[in-house]
Amino acid sequence: MKKEFSSEHLLYVKKQRNKRIAILVTQISILVIFLLLWELLTLFNIVDSFLFSSPDRIIKTVSQLYLSGELFLHIGTTLYETIIGFILASLTGTLVAVIFWWSDFLRRVFEPYVVVLNSLPKIALGPLIIIWFGAGTKAIVFMTFLVTVIVTIINMYTGFCEVDKDKILLLKSMGANKGKIFIHLVMPYSIPTFITTLKINVGMSWIGSIMGEYLVSRQGIGYLIVYGGQVFKLDLVMTGTVILCLLAALMYLIVALFEKISRRQK
Amino acid sequence: MNSFLKLDNLSLTYHTKNSETIAIQGLEFSVEKGEFVAIIGPSGCGKTSILSLVAGLIKKSGGTITLCGKEITTADDNVGYMLQRDQLFPWLTIEKNVILPLIIKNIKTVKNVDYTYNLLKKYGLYEFRKYYPDQLSGGMRQRAALIRTLSSKPELLLLDEPFSALDYQTRLLVCDDVYKVIKSEKKTALLVTHDISEAISLADKIIVLTKRPAKVKKVYYTDFDKSATPLLRREEKNFSTWFEILWKELNKE
Repeated sequence: MKKEFSSEHLLYVKKQRNKRIAILVTQISILVIFLLLWELLTLFNIVDSFLFSSPDRIIKTVSQLYLSGELFLHIGTTLYETIIGFILASLTGTLVAVIFWWSDFLRRVFEPYVVVLNSLPKIALGPLIIIWFGAGTKAIVFMTFLVTVIVTIINMYTGFCEVDKDKILLLKSMGANKGKIFIHLVMPYSIPTFITTLKINVGMSWIGSIMGEYLVSRQGIGYLIVYGGQVFKLDLVMTGTVILCLLAALMYLIVALFEKISRRQK
Repeated sequence: MNSFLKLDNLSLTYHTKNSETIAIQGLEFSVEKGEFVAIIGPSGCGKTSILSLVAGLIKKSGGTITLCGKEITTADDNVGYMLQRDQLFPWLTIEKNVILPLIIKNIKTVKNVDYTYNLLKKYGLYEFRKYYPDQLSGGMRQRAALIRTLSSKPELLLLDEPFSALDYQTRLLVCDDVYKVIKSEKKTALLVTHDISEAISLADKIIVLTKRPAKVKKVYYTDFDKSATPLLRREEKNFSTWFEILWKELNKE
């Protein structure tokens, strides 16, 4: 369908596009200026590159890590822990939320436990987790899971409860049982909540995995950062942080893409 | 004796922790096949509860409800419920919305789907079947909601203030529209409303309820020409007479 637009409309569209471009250009400029400033300030010794590192040093550190074959080992380890924890927690949390929605009795029984677990700083369980799961990947995945799962339960359950009561009534009048109400109404209704939860979970699972690696690890980005701090190699700390930023952004983008696809399938 | 729908000595009590409220007590009335019956009463008198009981959504405290000689205890396939607002699912196309009852009731046969498509064609929604509800006007959405109610071929339609969410202009037109569809499909309808003129314009029989606990106060049979649609009825002389009678009845202690 081809439509003729008025010149006013075309002007409006053009204005909107120019605005988007302006935003993008400014965003990129800020990053470039920041990196440039950082590099120059350290180059002329105005700030100490030993304490603050520099873009140049970070690139060198990355290439060193790459040449020694460590780079992808660390990235792979952390990514693995984060993603496995993220998926397990998102699925388990959603499943528990479904059970709570299904059975008011079970929800009321377990509500105080969920509330307490939610308020408890998960890092306090660190020593226990290490003893139970050993000082390795398993413990970190479990930490990630723990940090993420409670938030998932609470978010998803709240989402399920927001379903329009009249629509439930309508389905009941058609003779629908709980299962049918869930499949035909609650599930499709909660897809936006699920995606919001996934977005939050991306952040939560990074917190979990890095926290886990701080506590106990021999490899991973969190390990790089902690180790760098201990031996005062701030290049390593900065490099770890930068890699982390990139990975988190990447994971967020994947979820955002998932959101776009699910919207289109409406 | 053998009414299509019969409510006999019906009562309903609501329980909360600190109180119990008798919503309905000793309610009795019947609806004949093909009749359009409107229930009006003071607000909060338990009108909606009556529909919920007939739809089998809540448990009665006493008495009986029989439909075609069969007692109603759970949601009955012979009953279609239309709620306030159209309640179409925004993530489903019109087509999928109107087919929904067939899926829920496990009766999605080729025959039933054809029947539903014919309804869409007959009432001018077939070209819009691939549209989503938010792409349609309020009136069309209401018609789609009616077709959804009709798709599983219920004999009795329960209407719970189905037009209350619409603006006045649309309301008159949709009211006319819905009336024509119900009459041409030869369905029996039980309407609950607080709008006296709506009741007069639609119903063959008007039941006035008392304050809570709800009982039948008086039953009126309207005397309009059978072919008169709601809009035409509103133009007739005795429309205002009816309004006055019912207004007085409602506000009389």
